[in-house]
Amino acid sequence: MTEQSLPLAAATRQISLNGASGPSGVACTVATPESERRWQGPDAAERNGILEKARSIAIVGASANPSRASYFVATYLLQSTNYTVYFINPKESEILGHPVYKDLASLPEVPDIVDVFRRSSAIKSVADDAAAVGAPVLWIQLGIWDDDVAEYSESLGLEVVMDRCIKIEHARFHQGLHLFGFNTGVISSRRAR
Amino acid sequence: MDKQTFDFATRAVHAGLIPDKATGARALPIYESAAYVFDNSDDAAARFALRKYGEIYSRIVNPTVAALEERVASLEGGLGAVATASGLSAQFITFIALASQGDEVLASSELYGGSITQLDITLRRLGIDTKFIDSDDPQDYAAAITERTRFIFVEAVANPSGHIADIEGLAAVAHAAGIPLVVDSTVATPYLLRPIEHGADIVVHSATKFLSGSGTVLGGVVVDSGTFHWGQERFPEFFKPVAAYNNLTWSGNFNEYSFLTRLRAEQLRDVGPALSAHSAFLIAQGIETLPLRVQRQVENTREIAEWLEQHPQVESVNWAGLETHAQHDRALKYFPNANSGSVFSFTIKGGRAAGKIFIDSLNLLSHVANIGDVKSLAIHPASTTHAQLSAEQLREAGIEEGTIRLSIGIESAKDLIADIAQALETSTQGDAPHSVEQR
Repeated sequence: MTEQSLPLAAATRQISLNGASGPSGVACTVATPESERRWQGPDAAERNGILEKARSIAIVGASANPSRASYFVATYLLQSTNYTVYFINPKESEILGHPVYKDLASLPEVPDIVDVFRRSSAIKSVADDAAAVGAPVLWIQLGIWDDDVAEYSESLGLEVVMDRCIKIEHARFHQGLHLFGFNTGVISSRRAR
Repeated sequence: MDKQTFDFATRAVHAGLIPDKATGARALPIYESAAYVFDNSDDAAARFALRKYGEIYSRIVNPTVAALEERVASLEGGLGAVATASGLSAQFITFIALASQGDEVLASSELYGGSITQLDITLRRLGIDTKFIDSDDPQDYAAAITERTRFIFVEAVANPSGHIADIEGLAAVAHAAGIPLVVDSTVATPYLLRPIEHGADIVVHSATKFLSGSGTVLGGVVVDSGTFHWGQERFPEFFKPVAAYNNLTWSGNFNEYSFLTRLRAEQLRDVGPALSAHSAFLIAQGIETLPLRVQRQVENTREIAEWLEQHPQVESVNWAGLETHAQHDRALKYFPNANSGSVFSFTIKGGRAAGKIFIDSLNLLSHVANIGDVKSLAIHPASTTHAQLSAEQLREAGIEEGTIRLSIGIESAKDLIADIAQALETSTQGDAPHSVEQR
């Protein structure tokens, strides 16, 4: 399976949230304009590699509110994938019938991906926690771009994905995006798996 | 998985079509099913709430239609696409997604007649007010933008005048005002021109034309670049909680995917112009040969346009690929080898009467109201496709009484020229053989 570069480049371009304070879980975040960015994230093939390798995902900043992006992601991961999903939020006790843990250290295993739904200023401390438990990947949600946060997280030994939705990226390689008419960039003569 | 960039011709054949999991079918399977079984109640609820990607009902999602959508999105260099039952319905759902009662639209006065009536009559009745701009200068558009303007709409290559839009200039004007540029690229085709590369935000197609290629089915496609910055003041719909979907907000939950997700989940859902799976199959199959067909069509067009230009019975040839054409520089900028498509017009000496005899004398070119077929087509716009326009609208659309529109196919250029030559010859003699026979 290979990808074409053009539409994926288009897909990486950033749309600012215009300071919108919506129920998205990334409220008040204004991402760095594309032209001012330093950090370079993994390309589509590398992102797919991260998703292929992982068995468990911890959602930090998980919400029980159905309109939040984290709730969309959680529903998708639980219903459309085989990942073991853990929820982290000190203020919640149960989400989608699953227990909610107060922090990463309380999980019964080390998660393969830590998917963060927190504002930019709170992410460095999540990166500290992720590195402390030995999680290999920090995944920062769509709509957030902060070069400092990404570089800091990498300095802790974490592999970083930023400004990407794990639901959308998983769907890109597993027919979900395709079904909704999006350009997955996937060209292959091999039978779908 | 290795990194590789695939060329246009490869994507025309492969994009959107991975051999399916169930059978490995190499051709695109036609999924003729109105509905799809849910795994269980939780699965159904998640699909309805847009929390997971899944089939629900073929008005909104169909696997055959999805293959076509991804293919066109790939060829246009867009983020994704939504296919519809016709080109006009693709425009309609786009227009009503962007504009509401009391809003304004700026559109070129040089549009397909059906697009003019859609804007001028139907959308105006819904309270959406279109100003038609009879100018090629982006500054004239800029001057007409008000705080109520929601988008600019132009044809990349105008039908039938053959005029080329200044997409870069119009995109700059639109973006400075915080509104998107919507381009109908039906005549240009993604093989020749990809408006998104020049700054357009949304591209619409009548897939009936070059994409399907053989004049068999109706269809439309909306492609979004995914790069437009939807502002809260002009586009509040992207920021308001959507009650039908658990109070999500399109911008907040879907970010760059918001326009297309909303278009599918609101406008396609509520208006209902779904493309049939069978039609999607024919269009997707047609696209496999788009590069071959259009290359041949523009080569034929060049030969015919250069021949027509020399003909004493021809007043003017409106094809920007000609060096003598006022827009030749623009054709060089936007089109490979300045080949600005295979739909163009020419004006015959002798006005409406000569035009009528010319059309009635053709034996190889077909007299039909369509374009983009592999068969060469001809029509007299003033009495047919644009007959609903007033004399002033006709003039603004670049149509004269003696204007003939040609859509050149893939036949032999020699044979096409021979047919046009005999029809021109007959038109000077003031008698049309077919008009007698047809009585």
